[in-house]
Amino acid sequence: MKILVCISNVPDTTTKITFTNDNTEFNTSGVQYIVNPYDEIALSRAIELTEGGKGTVTVINVGEAGNDPTIRKALAIGADDAVRVNAAPRDAYFVAKQIAEYAKDKDFNIILTGRESIDYNGNQVAAMVGEFLDIPSISIIKKLDVDGDTATIEREIEGGKEVLTVSGKFIASCAEGVAEPKIPNMRGIMSARTKPLAVVDAVAIEEVTKVTKYETPAPRGTVKLIPADQTESLIGLLHSEAKVI
Amino acid sequence: MSVLVYVEQAEGKFKKSVFEAVSYAKAIADQQSTNLTAISIGDVADSELKELGKYGASKVLNVSADQLKTFVNQAYASVIAAAAEKEGADIVVLSNSFSGKGLAPRIAVKLKAGLADGAVELPSTDGKFSVKKTAFSGKAFAITELTSANKVIALNPNAFGVKENATDVAIETFTADVKQSDLGTVIKEIVRATDKVSLPDAELVVSAGRGLKGPENWGMIEELAGLLGAATACSKPVSDADWRPHSEHVGQTGIAISPNLYIAIGISGAIQHLAGVSSSKVIVVINKDPEAPFFKVADYGIVGDAFEVVPKLIEALKAHKG
Repeated sequence: MKILVCISNVPDTTTKITFTNDNTEFNTSGVQYIVNPYDEIALSRAIELTEGGKGTVTVINVGEAGNDPTIRKALAIGADDAVRVNAAPRDAYFVAKQIAEYAKDKDFNIILTGRESIDYNGNQVAAMVGEFLDIPSISIIKKLDVDGDTATIEREIEGGKEVLTVSGKFIASCAEGVAEPKIPNMRGIMSARTKPLAVVDAVAIEEVTKVTKYETPAPRGTVKLIPADQTESLIGLLHSEAKVI
Repeated sequence: MSVLVYVEQAEGKFKKSVFEAVSYAKAIADQQSTNLTAISIGDVADSELKELGKYGASKVLNVSADQLKTFVNQAYASVIAAAAEKEGADIVVLSNSFSGKGLAPRIAVKLKAGLADGAVELPSTDGKFSVKKTAFSGKAFAITELTSANKVIALNPNAFGVKENATDVAIETFTADVKQSDLGTVIKEIVRATDKVSLPDAELVVSAGRGLKGPENWGMIEELAGLLGAATACSKPVSDADWRPHSEHVGQTGIAISPNLYIAIGISGAIQHLAGVSSSKVIVVINKDPEAPFFKVADYGIVGDAFEVVPKLIEALKAHKG
């Protein structure tokens, strides 16, 4: 079984998000980068499915050379090899096209991503790759089991879940529940240095979106504190002032 | 040129988030001085389809082929893209629901369209077609220009509101060829908890954290939520410890929500949690630690022990409801 896992290089979850250049660019100063947490879940499941000689895991990232430490982290967690498409990831459409171009003649049985990247929250790449490759895509999955050529998947829906099967090649985006994120051990970290990391060129594709400006949420006013023994006045305020109940 | 809105049905019914997407799409159609067409896939009665006219759809395309009775994003995307082409629609709108998230990107690729998902406002009308969408897990918004001729927008639930706009509506049957290769996934089972409010599109949410000390103490949270008609949610440590299901985890690595009211009980307010809930319209925080960071972003707060405050809050709410 050959599995391809798509990983994003994202700011650490504790990052305070600020912008520069008149709020047109993300301020990368002092920001620590990590493997997107959902992609780690996807990678961990891919490793579980291929352990014991049952297959191989390749990770792919679309980004510039600065992403290599994050890619090495994925190799340390347990991927067998890596490929980086050497281009700034313009938007999900661009990234998905690059991944599809790489994957189209490589015969991967399964392609996995995280449910979304925690920076642009696209949630777009998996389904776009599925469409470019004309294979099924299943978004926001909670469980993935593989038996021969058939996978059984649980996907989240509003107020419940859907259980489905898919045969043959597919791509899925993974959420919590698919696997416990694996932590690299010393042996993994040592071997990651020598595992193959191929760099390939990007293909051209038309521009369809462009971020022109960022905004941060409007600050809230000062909190109105209510004494603990006056819960009825909280109910009163929510009813008559905030008008939400 | 026109606007097409996909109306997602569940067991033959439309939810509030669908009427919200129709209201939003109607407002875009008005901006563009054009008409709004809706497309429904699956078994939906005409009486339910006519409801879409209340929110501004002047035409409904009804697709009810046997192999499309349950959601298969690949096939649904083919049908919606075919409808967009036939109707000459250059803007496709849908709800940013779990299914919408699996559908919108496929439609976008088929139509070579830019996609703005997680949209929270109407597009700008200053010559550029730009949509404000959530980014950085609720820590920021990105104003995203859709530079392509065709455009797809997935609207966040509870971001725009339902707006009535009564329109005469015509229902037409629509058929599109579905390739066998579009039907690669087979649904085996759908499990829906019918007694609970669904979290992503809930208007009111009661959420609790580690301050509750253990899963056995959630009875009062569920009672409070039940009285309010609210959904229940939790913080990451709580779902990590399996006190509550992952589907209730809100925050940067859980789901992001924007209810009208978010009540946080025994949650300190780490930056990752705040990211997922900061677009709530009103935030109430109950925490025994007056220094808890959550109070800085709250509208109302009670400093006190959850085990004392929540039962009193339940009593006060019962009295309020009479």
